[in-house]
Amino acid sequence: MAVFVYAENINGVYKKAAFEAVSYAKAVADQAGDTVTAISVNPTDSSDLLYKYGASNVINIKDDGLKNFSAKAFAQAVNEVADGNTIVFPHTTDASSVAPMLAVMKNYSLITNVLEAPESLSPFQVKRRAFSGKGFMHAKAEGNGVIITVSQNAFGVKENAVSGSEEVKNLSVANEDTKVISHEQSSGKLDLKEAEIVVSAGRGLKGPENWGMIEELANVLGAATACSKPVSDIGWRPHTEHVGQTGKAISPNLYIAVGISGAIQHLAGVNSSKTIVVVNSDPEAPFFKSADYGVVGDAFQIIPALTEKIKALKG
Amino acid sequence: MKILVCISSVPDTTSKINFTADKSAFDKNGIQWVINPLDEFALTKAIKLQESQGAVVTVINVGDAATEPVIRKALAIGANDAVRVNLDPKDSYSTAKEIAAVAQNGGYDLILCGKESIDYNGGSVPGMVAQLLNQPFVNASVGLDVNGSEATAVREIEGGKETISVKLPAVIAGQKGLVDEKDLIIPNMRGIMSARTKPLQVVEAVSSEVKVQGVSYDSVPPRAAVKIVSADNLDELVRLLHEEAKVI
Ligand SMILES: Cc1cc2nc3c(=O)[nH]c(=O)nc-3n(C[C@H](O)[C@H](O)[C@H](O)COP(=O)(O)OP(=O)(O)OC[C@H]3O[C@@H](n4cnc5c(N)ncnc54)[C@H](O)[C@@H]3O)c2cc1C
Repeated sequence: MAVFVYAENINGVYKKAAFEAVSYAKAVADQAGDTVTAISVNPTDSSDLLYKYGASNVINIKDDGLKNFSAKAFAQAVNEVADGNTIVFPHTTDASSVAPMLAVMKNYSLITNVLEAPESLSPFQVKRRAFSGKGFMHAKAEGNGVIITVSQNAFGVKENAVSGSEEVKNLSVANEDTKVISHEQSSGKLDLKEAEIVVSAGRGLKGPENWGMIEELANVLGAATACSKPVSDIGWRPHTEHVGQTGKAISPNLYIAVGISGAIQHLAGVNSSKTIVVVNSDPEAPFFKSADYGVVGDAFQIIPALTEKIKALKG
Repeated sequence: MKILVCISSVPDTTSKINFTADKSAFDKNGIQWVINPLDEFALTKAIKLQESQGAVVTVINVGDAATEPVIRKALAIGANDAVRVNLDPKDSYSTAKEIAAVAQNGGYDLILCGKESIDYNGGSVPGMVAQLLNQPFVNASVGLDVNGSEATAVREIEGGKETISVKLPAVIAGQKGLVDEKDLIIPNMRGIMSARTKPLQVVEAVSSEVKVQGVSYDSVPPRAAVKIVSADNLDELVRLLHEEAKVI
């Protein structure tokens, strides 16, 4: 049972989600007594980075037609080289667009939002996120092949060095349906779904001018920033920061929620965080019921003070 | 222009999620059903194109008769007509198959979906429909314009966004941003009255092939009781995060 994994890169550079997917594929391969082959499209990073997490073969697809992302063209390219009955993807925006198309091309089962190593290999059965984080589903694949997407930050990145070899495949996939007009990437900002620490704030902050202290705390912690839905609805923060049932689902090691009430829809996107800290002036705020640590008080006093103390700790 | 909007009927966002005693299924008792919130963005976008370009908007739902109130709500919001495929869907693939079968001969220029449903969180139906129909697919769309046989879509990417032109027909999966939250349409009395007489066609399923089965379900285990730290003693919070939780 050869295990293939899609190692996603951005502008040639591997993402943390790629290492996590390779780590996951290695766990499956170990269970199956087989090896991992990683597939990447136009990477510039060294394959050594993938050997480190357990990929013993790396197929580098070289294709100028795939300089820009297209779900369909990428699915076609992966379809040409992924010659096994288990294919692992990270659950990133791009990979989770490719996976469903590939599943139809290969006539395989698709299980998305996977959280843990498989419970069994044949049939393939695994625990996945469902009901927007309010429940879990144990999903079983029917049929011969399975594609899975691994929820980010769930399985974790696990070093497992093997000696590997690299192969270059020159493809020329037709990519005519879509054309990129412009591409805006904010540089230097931590990816919210990959971040291990997230500092998030809600309507309790009163206005966008008060986010400086949130950003400063995030800076000191090396964290990404997030917000509740009303905050992005009013336009205090960009849509991309909205977490929850209708926004992004995240599972960082540490989630700090400032001035957020803890409505069920908000919790749905963040309750799989490993540790939750809540700062709220209302001792009755529902979020305290879902937190590990809580501070009752005014965010405008607590956050700057906390930032200073963490600075001191970090020396 | 003809637009097909895929809508899924899901538990209201405030629902507490429970499973049957043997944990083999989601417990539907006492659940209020709503249009999947992400599909509402797609539906509203379609209604905007109906207003600006005279598009005809059909909604499709794969579901048993119990989903009809949700379909009527989509009609009240402004869709011209509706199709219900009479099948209680068991997985993303079977849902996608039915949608593609209806779309196959419908001559739709655009198929709009929400990028994922908030119940089973598959996020798979839109991409599968696109592939079954051999059409281009844009996921996580936060902006869309249509110009003749081409659309310009903005899609979210990690840490940014990308604007792309797409040849129609195409499948576009949207989310918040496709339209503004404040532009979501709340049906008025006239809409609700006219929805009663709009065509809702029921068709039988073409396939029953299921590729993924939900074997069992678990609830989320409760967290241990919160440790409250005094606002005057933030050193203690830092210590707990550093030494106990080991997260900083
Ligand atoms: C269909 C639907 C989908 C939704 N999806 C989401 C979602 O994905 N994500 C999401 O977040 N929400 C979602 N919601 C909204 C959700 O129900 C809540 O309205 C929202 O989470 C509340 O945001 P908030 O906590 O920032 O604001 P509020 O409810 O206004 O709470 C603000 C909190 O700040 C506290 N506060 C005020 N001043 C201070 C201060 N000085 N210091 C410290 N604390 C202070 C208050 O005590 C209060 O608890 C959804 C709702 C619906 C209907």
